[in-house]
Amino acid sequence: MIEFLHTNLSYILSGISVGGQYALIAIGYTMVYGILRLINFAHGDVFMCAGLMMVYLSASVPLWAAVPLVILLTVLLGFLIERVAYKPLRSAPRMSVMISAIGVSYLLQNAALYFTGGLAKIYPMIPWLSNSITIWGATTKMVTLITPVLTIILVICLTAMIKYTKIGMAMRAVSKDFETSQLMGIRIDSVISITFIIGSFLASFGSFLYFTNYASVTPTSGAMPGLKCFVAAVFGGIGSIPGAVIGAFFIGICENIIKGLGWTTFSDAFTFVLLIIILLVKPTGLFGEKATDKV
Amino acid sequence: MEKKDKTGLWLTFGFIALIYIGVFVLEQVVNANHIVFTVLKKGAIYSLVAVSMNLLNGFTGLFSLGQAGFMLIGAYTYAVLTMPVAVKLSDSVYKYYDCAVTFDTGILAALICAGLAAAIFAALIGLPVLRLKSDYLAIATLGFAEIIRAVFQWGALGPITNGANVLRSYLDLTDVTIPFTDIPIPPTLFVFIAAGICIAVIMLLINSSYGRAFKAIRDDEIAAEAMGINLFRHKELSFVISSFFAGISGAMLAMFQYTIQASQFKSAMTYEILLIVVIGGIGSVSGSCIASFLFISASEWWLRFLDDSKYNILGMNLMRAGFRKLVFSVIIMILVLFFSRGIMGDKELSFSGLAKRLKRKKAGMPAKEGDGDA
Amino acid sequence: MHENILRLADITMQFGGVVAVNNLSLEVNRGEIIALIGPNGAGKTTAFNCITGVYEPTNGVIRFNDEIIVANHPRGKMKKLYAGENAAKYKNTRIMDPTPDQITKLGIARTFQNIRLWKSMTVFENVLTAKHMRAKQNVLSATLRLSHAEEKRMRQETAELLEEQDLLQYADALATSLPYGLQRRLEIARALATDPVLLLLDEPAAGMNPQETQELGEFIVRIKNKYDLTVLMIEHHMDLVMQFSDRIYVIDFGRLISAGTPQAVQADKRVIDAYLGVVDDE
Repeated sequence: MIEFLHTNLSYILSGISVGGQYALIAIGYTMVYGILRLINFAHGDVFMCAGLMMVYLSASVPLWAAVPLVILLTVLLGFLIERVAYKPLRSAPRMSVMISAIGVSYLLQNAALYFTGGLAKIYPMIPWLSNSITIWGATTKMVTLITPVLTIILVICLTAMIKYTKIGMAMRAVSKDFETSQLMGIRIDSVISITFIIGSFLASFGSFLYFTNYASVTPTSGAMPGLKCFVAAVFGGIGSIPGAVIGAFFIGICENIIKGLGWTTFSDAFTFVLLIIILLVKPTGLFGEKATDKV
Repeated sequence: MEKKDKTGLWLTFGFIALIYIGVFVLEQVVNANHIVFTVLKKGAIYSLVAVSMNLLNGFTGLFSLGQAGFMLIGAYTYAVLTMPVAVKLSDSVYKYYDCAVTFDTGILAALICAGLAAAIFAALIGLPVLRLKSDYLAIATLGFAEIIRAVFQWGALGPITNGANVLRSYLDLTDVTIPFTDIPIPPTLFVFIAAGICIAVIMLLINSSYGRAFKAIRDDEIAAEAMGINLFRHKELSFVISSFFAGISGAMLAMFQYTIQASQFKSAMTYEILLIVVIGGIGSVSGSCIASFLFISASEWWLRFLDDSKYNILGMNLMRAGFRKLVFSVIIMILVLFFSRGIMGDKELSFSGLAKRLKRKKAGMPAKEGDGDA
Repeated sequence: MHENILRLADITMQFGGVVAVNNLSLEVNRGEIIALIGPNGAGKTTAFNCITGVYEPTNGVIRFNDEIIVANHPRGKMKKLYAGENAAKYKNTRIMDPTPDQITKLGIARTFQNIRLWKSMTVFENVLTAKHMRAKQNVLSATLRLSHAEEKRMRQETAELLEEQDLLQYADALATSLPYGLQRRLEIARALATDPVLLLLDEPAAGMNPQETQELGEFIVRIKNKYDLTVLMIEHHMDLVMQFSDRIYVIDFGRLISAGTPQAVQADKRVIDAYLGVVDDE
């Protein structure tokens, strides 16, 4: 076992790293689904836009200003998307909102395509994060070590917020029973907006870490990670934040081990096979709850 | 009342016949390279797959996002079957693999096999997937489509699929002849005929007892079950039939494009079809057809100028490659947000419907919801 | 003389820790109109759902025409949780868990507490679709119009059903455009379209005024006689129940608290305490 770990250390480390990045994105999916029962197809593309914004801003503004600016703009983007594309359809059948989400995803990708001209953009090097470091014979970047730590810290903060603040309680109430929460006077619009803001906030952090590792951003950079992160959320139990985090780490690690074993073509397909298995065996995921229909 | 419906029916047939004659004439008269033929062919192909998706999503209420996967299966089945044996054995297409398929077939047989292959996969996938709730069904079918794409690009299946490489030199639109003769059929006309027959069959299904059962499942599946409709069997039926025609449309796409590659059949393709269905109206076959032609015309033809820097106004360098798609996406969002019922809603385009509408306008009455055949 | 159509034996339905129906046993004989009454939340609709295959009862057996159609006993996780009675009685019975459509095929049809008509379809189509189950056709013959004789028969029978219910003039209207009372009748017509032997009506008179309720009662007797039906109904309208039912079962908190003729039940103190209250002179 130790031998296995040693020879594959770089893969396992990348797995933990990308798992953390996925976790930050997966939380966004699971929170939005928990409250609105909506699969926010556009979330992965918001993540990609955060990457692009960093590329463009860092060219005109010093790095210490670009980072907070990117966070702010990403949050704004997530907020706007909810207000413009999802809020008007809140009373429409569920399929309409999902289609709207797909439309937003389409729009963001085409907008990115237009602005970048289709060429991959090189991500700026964030000093210290991009430094190389050697552990136990495997060479990797600082970001690989920072990611899990940062992820865990952010998740702890988020969980604390949900458990101990009033807004957190409101969020829990809304995800249990949307209509009754409204009737009890909870300001639904605020709760939903905050959910999207938190999701986008975390996604922007995810983008800093992810693109520092992968070094280039293309308009479709968000599509596959987005899909995988959604699977992570389903695997962990949609609506459960710790579930999404565990799911994300699981997918990240397995994906990289598969690459390590030489099956690179299937590293992406693995996520979907996992999805199918989960949906067949335990659709509610690891920590999900079952709801019964009343006839 | 009966007589009026009969007249309406005849008018509809006449109208459709006119379209076909028009296409035939157009092909004789206009230069074959004109963009209008690309639009017509692609529009017809996308009409078929949009109608097949509408059958599943709009009429049975099963939100499935797996269309691209079934088109892929159909396209590949068609290409591999119609590629002449001589080409298969040579190195021109199967450069890195030794082709394992040692026979070839004609176009018609290949088209049908394409549909059957997709249908068989659908039957297998449907067994586990159709039990899931709507959102999960969407993700599961999306997942399967991605798995299918990965499998078709897999090196180990190279002897059949040519792995991640392109498939070409198979029978295409220029090879279509009237059966048992050597008389060539004009390509656009053929696409229209093939798509037309398939769409007609789907319409017959929708208006039959089974179509009503599908709609019952969509409207209230608990009541449907209580009235004796076996949910799983009917959902599976709808899924398999929809995929059959998606497979055929994939094959026709292969004929149209002359080359195909698995990487082309991404989930983005399914999203486009879904958008077409929504724009046309979920639950309207004629809506899907109209929307398909509009969608393809707009994206391939009418908005082309937006990509050309020649048309820049006021010195703003707005119009360049990619602007067309951007404007297009914005238009789609506007349609989805403000016209979510689509062009036709859930009604079909019909002459009796148009006649009713005209009569009301004449009598000065406001237009009613019921105009158009439900 | 009494031919037994339906027999529930020790039916218990438990959701997690909640026992919704506890050890319910009842009998319905051919040609009877049986009423199932009790306060809201007593478990009446749950019992219906057990009969029609929507729920799998946790324990017990249901017989239709003396053949077992539903059977189960506590197993797996439920073994520990089971809080009902007669836990071991059916341990060796073969488990039968039919789907609702299988139940309907046997000849048991139902209506719903909250009307479940198909919203996008017309009045005619709602009833016509219920005929699909018994049509002699398959998807190919239906699509290619080879079974048009069957289609014609289905349409004919649908028209007859609607005419009898006085709904034929609304045939082409959207089902949901009908007034509430007519929608309930349409639902009954739809259930009849499946050629049932036993008809389960869930609060058929809900929302009706006294005159409509009276007409409904007479209507139920009429169709019962015409189609040789047996009727089991859940109802809260006591005038309908007392006047038209042959026997009554009273449920409270999932348990049977009384059974018998309308007169007997009306006078039963347990029923008065739990549900009916003292008879008021209207």
